[in-house]
Amino acid sequence: MGFVIGLRCKECGERYAAGRQFVCSSCFGPLEVEYDYAAIGRSLGRESIAARPRNLWRYRELLPIEGDPATGRHSGFTPLVRARRLGEAIGLAELYLKDDSVNHPTLSYKERVVSVAITRALELGFDTIACASTGNLANSVAAHSARLGLRCFVFVPDAVEPAKIVGSGVYRPRIVRIRGNYDDVNRLCSEIGSQYSWGFVNVNLRPYYTEGAKTMGFEIAEQLDWRLPRHTILPTAGGTLLPKVCKAYQELVELGWVEGESRIHAAQAAGCAPVIAALHAGKTEIRPVKPATIAHSIAIGNPADGRYVLDCVRRTGGWGETATDPEILDSIQLLAESEGIFAEPAGGTTLAVCRKLVAQGRIRGDESVVVAITGNGYKATEAILPRLDRSIQLSSSLADFEHWYATLGASASEPVSVQGAS
Amino acid sequence: MPVTVRIPTPIRQYTEQLSEVALEGKTVGEVLEQFKARFPDAGGRFFSAASKASRFVNLYLNDEDIRFLKDLDTPVSDRDTLSIILAIAGGSE
Repeated sequence: MGFVIGLRCKECGERYAAGRQFVCSSCFGPLEVEYDYAAIGRSLGRESIAARPRNLWRYRELLPIEGDPATGRHSGFTPLVRARRLGEAIGLAELYLKDDSVNHPTLSYKERVVSVAITRALELGFDTIACASTGNLANSVAAHSARLGLRCFVFVPDAVEPAKIVGSGVYRPRIVRIRGNYDDVNRLCSEIGSQYSWGFVNVNLRPYYTEGAKTMGFEIAEQLDWRLPRHTILPTAGGTLLPKVCKAYQELVELGWVEGESRIHAAQAAGCAPVIAALHAGKTEIRPVKPATIAHSIAIGNPADGRYVLDCVRRTGGWGETATDPEILDSIQLLAESEGIFAEPAGGTTLAVCRKLVAQGRIRGDESVVVAITGNGYKATEAILPRLDRSIQLSSSLADFEHWYATLGASASEPVSVQGAS
Repeated sequence: MPVTVRIPTPIRQYTEQLSEVALEGKTVGEVLEQFKARFPDAGGRFFSAASKASRFVNLYLNDEDIRFLKDLDTPVSDRDTLSIILAIAGGSE
């Protein structure tokens, strides 16, 4: 199939054909897609990519599909924003934001993984798409399934707030509430996937699904004119994104399209930081935690691929830090005020961690830095709402307005400066 | 005092296709020893010599990850359910 050699167990190295197998039969480790890079290098160059449509499929030779993409032709290739005002506020001369908060159609990085997973699911003969989630992943799965007319089931724990499933419900998937917690839901999903031949994007399609996350890394390099940033800061939840951006960079080096290495740094919310705790303790084993943070989209206490995050961070000379809820909100605010981008708390987390790494001297002011914004603040307004007090209610009379405006004094005519609040 | 052990689909090829099995023991560790004795081919694949669970398999006593309890020393009682869950199904997004 294309340039895919097959699947290989990340732990014991056992090889499998690129089919429906999703864990190693020998050790139950995760499977990784392997490619024939020599053949890819012979048939593809940076110039031919440049001529392609601006979506995530411009790197399709490096993605695990056989035929044409089924969906995602408007997903990916999100802006890499040069953040001058923000950079100035936090002491970085060359700061970029990879802005997946505007990823089409459901405004998060999940479009990348879901586009690949659903395309591959159809190739493997699945006619029903499903996932266990209440947030960004479910939104994306439901939307892509709707436009393809596929049967879609979204499994959520019973206790989830109704507001959280609106963004999925509008696409009319079957929403199945399970009496139990997330682990119960996940366990059920892996059983259903095996017995009913349904494609659960993040369970039995996981080897393909995770490959979609590489496109963020490809895009960053291409948008920097085929250069790797000195530092890349990514949020860490289940451990999908960070190792795959790392893999994307390695693949580009392997193909001879970029040189050097990016230090990859992990960001977690202080209220759910099992990976950072292991990193700081110098351990390879990750102890699960009970999440307690406003950053719901990255609140995974038991990360499936957390140890691969540790591997990548350590191998590239990166580091990781945590951000408290107030630090996350400060950074959401700073990002909005300085760059006009409204991130969900996961984005506030990566920015807050970036600021810590600068303060620690791990990132120098003259080095190039990319901070990933993986989700949109309009989906998580409740977190920031209590902080927004800058509106005033007036009557419709001009006199009323003038009276109020006069109370602002000199500050009203000054240019807006970024506070860079700590 | 049997405990019900639930077995995920990919492991059933080593457990005579059973989806669950009742085993005896006073702790999670003891139940796992019984599991290994009953299905040596399965147990050997995800338990090391120290009978610690592998990184790719998580163990839940009823609804709780045993790492939040007393790990393998967690006491078990009649009608408890011990679930073997593949780590790939861990987390939620």
